[in-house]
Amino acid sequence: MTTVASPPRSPPPHLPPSAHRPTATGGPEPKPAETGVWVAIATISMSFAALTSAMVVRASGAPDWQHFRLPPILYVNTLVLIASSLTLASARRRITPASALDGLPRLYVTLGLGLLFVTGQVLAWRQLATQGLFLATSPSSAFFYVFTALHGLHVLGGLAGLLYVLRRLRRVVPVPMTALGAATLYWHFMDVLWLYLLVILIIRV
Amino acid sequence: MGKLFAVVLTIITVVATAIFVMRVWWLPADISVHGPWIDHQLMETMLSSGILFVVSQLALALFVWKSGDRREGRKIKIFPGGAVPMVVLATVLVGAEILALTFVGSKVWASIYQTPPDPNSLAIDVQAEQFAFYFRYPGADGKFGGIHPELMNEASQNFFGLDPAHDTAARDDIVVPTLAIPVNRPVLLTLRAKDVNHAFYVPELRIQQDFVPGLVIPLHFTATQPGKYELVCTQLCGLGHYNMRAYVEVMPQEQFDQWLKQQAAQQ
Amino acid sequence: MHEAAVHPHAPPQGFLRTHVFSVDHKVIGKQYLDLALVAVCTGMVLSWLMRLHLAWPTAAIPGLDKLSPNGAAGGVITPEYYLSLMTMHGTIMVFFVLTTAPFAGFGNYFLPLQVGAEDMAFPRINMTSFWVTLVAFLVLISSFFVADGPALSGWTAYAPLSAVGKDAGPGQGLGQTLWAISIAIFCVAQLLGALNFIATTLDLRTKGMSLARMPFSTWAWFITAVIGLIAFAVLMPACILLILDRVAGTSFFIPSGLVISDRLQPHSGGSPLLWQHLFWFFGHPEVYIAILPGFGIISHILPVFARKPLLGPRAMIGCLIAIAFLSYTVWGHHMFLSGMNPFSATLFSVPTLIITIPATIVTLLWIGTIYGAKLRFTTPALFCLGFVSVFVSGGISGFFLAQPSIDTYLHGTYFVVGHFHFVMGVAAMFGIFAGTYFWFPKMFGRMMNETLGKWHFWLTFIGVYCVFMPMHYLGLAGNVRRYSAFTDDYLKPLIPLHRFITIAALFTGAAQLIFLFNLIRSRFRGPKAPDNPWEATTLEWATTSPPPFDNFGGKPPVVQRGPNEYGVAGAGGADYLMQAAPEPAPAR
Repeated sequence: MTTVASPPRSPPPHLPPSAHRPTATGGPEPKPAETGVWVAIATISMSFAALTSAMVVRASGAPDWQHFRLPPILYVNTLVLIASSLTLASARRRITPASALDGLPRLYVTLGLGLLFVTGQVLAWRQLATQGLFLATSPSSAFFYVFTALHGLHVLGGLAGLLYVLRRLRRVVPVPMTALGAATLYWHFMDVLWLYLLVILIIRV
Repeated sequence: MGKLFAVVLTIITVVATAIFVMRVWWLPADISVHGPWIDHQLMETMLSSGILFVVSQLALALFVWKSGDRREGRKIKIFPGGAVPMVVLATVLVGAEILALTFVGSKVWASIYQTPPDPNSLAIDVQAEQFAFYFRYPGADGKFGGIHPELMNEASQNFFGLDPAHDTAARDDIVVPTLAIPVNRPVLLTLRAKDVNHAFYVPELRIQQDFVPGLVIPLHFTATQPGKYELVCTQLCGLGHYNMRAYVEVMPQEQFDQWLKQQAAQQ
Repeated sequence: MHEAAVHPHAPPQGFLRTHVFSVDHKVIGKQYLDLALVAVCTGMVLSWLMRLHLAWPTAAIPGLDKLSPNGAAGGVITPEYYLSLMTMHGTIMVFFVLTTAPFAGFGNYFLPLQVGAEDMAFPRINMTSFWVTLVAFLVLISSFFVADGPALSGWTAYAPLSAVGKDAGPGQGLGQTLWAISIAIFCVAQLLGALNFIATTLDLRTKGMSLARMPFSTWAWFITAVIGLIAFAVLMPACILLILDRVAGTSFFIPSGLVISDRLQPHSGGSPLLWQHLFWFFGHPEVYIAILPGFGIISHILPVFARKPLLGPRAMIGCLIAIAFLSYTVWGHHMFLSGMNPFSATLFSVPTLIITIPATIVTLLWIGTIYGAKLRFTTPALFCLGFVSVFVSGGISGFFLAQPSIDTYLHGTYFVVGHFHFVMGVAAMFGIFAGTYFWFPKMFGRMMNETLGKWHFWLTFIGVYCVFMPMHYLGLAGNVRRYSAFTDDYLKPLIPLHRFITIAALFTGAAQLIFLFNLIRSRFRGPKAPDNPWEATTLEWATTSPPPFDNFGGKPPVVQRGPNEYGVAGAGGADYLMQAAPEPAPAR
């Protein structure tokens, strides 16, 4: 049974207190906006993972699973989305903390391509509908609509984020590079997520 | 205040434990072949976790009692050895208990749910619906008729959706609202749900199993005591859930044969 | 999402900006707590109605027929209205009390303070998160006023009962749809909240606040946020699929060949078990979302009143992380008897039993901390001690239910009800009470009344044992849960025990009025609180009570040491060292 004699935790006297004091982050300046996007990426991935496993469970041994050919426009949309990522990456390279002017045109192109992608997805739905494949027609079409709609909503969110960043890029100096970085990261993730969805849709539907 | 806490906690612990030990409220007597295993497992768990419960509550009470000590200049004391013995103790003790419980427990579980039914079992089809159970015996031909959901109808009492007009196997199926089974004979139930989830629970039989729409779930057991027992639904199924029940009548084989003949005549 | 994190702080102007649509984490935290208070009062009244009906099924409850002419004509609760009360009680308590108060409420207020930040990382997202939660709550409450009543398929909303719609009886119409919409909205709010908690903890810690120096409550909120991030991300799509099954005619959870009210349902091929898997993959971690902040709060508060450091701080944090990991491997223990492969029952049983190891360690660390302590018996301290006791009581019964073979008998009985009410209901509530009595002086600059607090503790502590211990006895006797009346022959003899529980529940509930009175009165009349009334070490006590808009008056503290410095030689003869205090003169 020991009686504690409060161990004094005073530092060695020859060092100034700051020398052995850990700082919160030893590395580069923390960027909460980017951390936030990484966290968002984690949670969105989890949601789609849950939906994927739901699809795998639902498809296994279901007699009502109806295979259908994906609307060809999806492949065009895919190229559009990839192109938008490329233009965004290129825009970001041209923007420095001093000025955003050089990158602005490419950002507008990115926005346009993003909108084009969403429009394309809506067209894909209409193509499916003309084939008589609606949400409730078959579990395969149901999952198709759910996946594309949820992804589309997230893309729209990304577009809103890009618009917000664009406005600030035009007005604020020094240029908010962290916000731009976070928006870019999110946009690239939308790309990767779509490619993943496309692959599982090709495999399962 | 510390002493009051210790006293109150001790009283709570003693009273709560005493009611368990005196079995004021307890399981009904078991009437199944596998039941003694479950009861044994339950008692083992009751004993080991009961000791854990009493010891930790009383240790808490004792330490609180002592820590209220207001003597001048009393120093705080660190638990002998610090956190390490705690961690080791918890890991070893609880770990050993887990191993023991899993080892025996999974055998008990497997004996009920993972062993194939006796090939000699009496096969009975069970249909659960809002808010009743129906039981179907295959009749003289030993075969169940096919099930056609589109034919299910309450008014015409076609609970299973049988089609005797086209299906010869269905013609002699016996459908009753009471589960009669012979004593000491293995029984194989096939559980089907007509509408939503239900569950099959007979406390005396020590058995419980969900009915899941879309799934056909086998359940087998052997009853050892003749008598009349209640079968209740334990999976929320709607407004009449509380009232969803049937009787299980366990009877000697001859009496059962007699009963089945009577029922067949009434169909 | 792309908000700049570091915002120069000028106090907001105007009543709306300061008190209603505030981006200040402290205001948002209080808003969450106020919402939880409204929710917990609602949930408790619902439980009284349920208990009254169970004990005296034919008794008319005055005034209830005005509130619900259909559900309680003449004041007598119908079976379906009972199930609605039960469903709403569970949903409100789990989501809008046990998630909202200890995690979103206290976490919002104190996490930034404890890490020395000026605010959350994304204040506007934080504000959005609260208002979205409020919308979810209002959507849920609105279902009390729709034609065929609120949802009645339990807080677990098992499909197909929850998915097939009106044919399955009352409560399966609009009420159930509103339930699913409310929960989906709630998920969005919690995901936004978790995002903020994680980014703030990772990026906004003040100088010197290394991870190892974070207070236990901060650790617990951080870990809870990580759990929530994954759990709610699964529940949200599940709710969307459920809504689609209900309103758009899809068949995710509804199999073919269902005949309900003599009508063959136009669905095919869905899987009811899929809903159960998705739900419990969320549902079990949700239990830890409710209780882990309690672990953190107790580990934070106990040393303050024990006047000695928490035993095994590293083991404590290790256990919290272990519990978080394990919580994702055990969801199947809710489904032992649900028709999944019996072999997987054994697989799910093992991690379920293993999770008791870190839980036991945590409990032993608390008990070991109390050993040899110089306890100050304040109200928050009493609730900490009560927490340890009820957590042990609730945890022990988990040993039974974790084993499939015993679950075969106890599943679906009151044993389960007693178990989870103790371990996640009462224990988490004790954590909330401890936190409220402890932090109230900081939040409102006034002390709560200690005498009333102690009366509240004693009545509640004895009361909860009288309510929930007998439920274990009922379970052993095979008493089925979710029954609105006990008409079975073998259940009738148990009704006297139910009456005892009901009376105890009414008394315990009445004791909460003391708390409510104390809370409201102290907010306006309590004696002024000093900055650090409890002589605690963490950063929230290093600023004024209540803290200024930017928390530390523009001078973020610099952290020198961990939060566990009690029973040491502090400045001016004190027995503690605050985290940001400069080194005292070396002891002579």
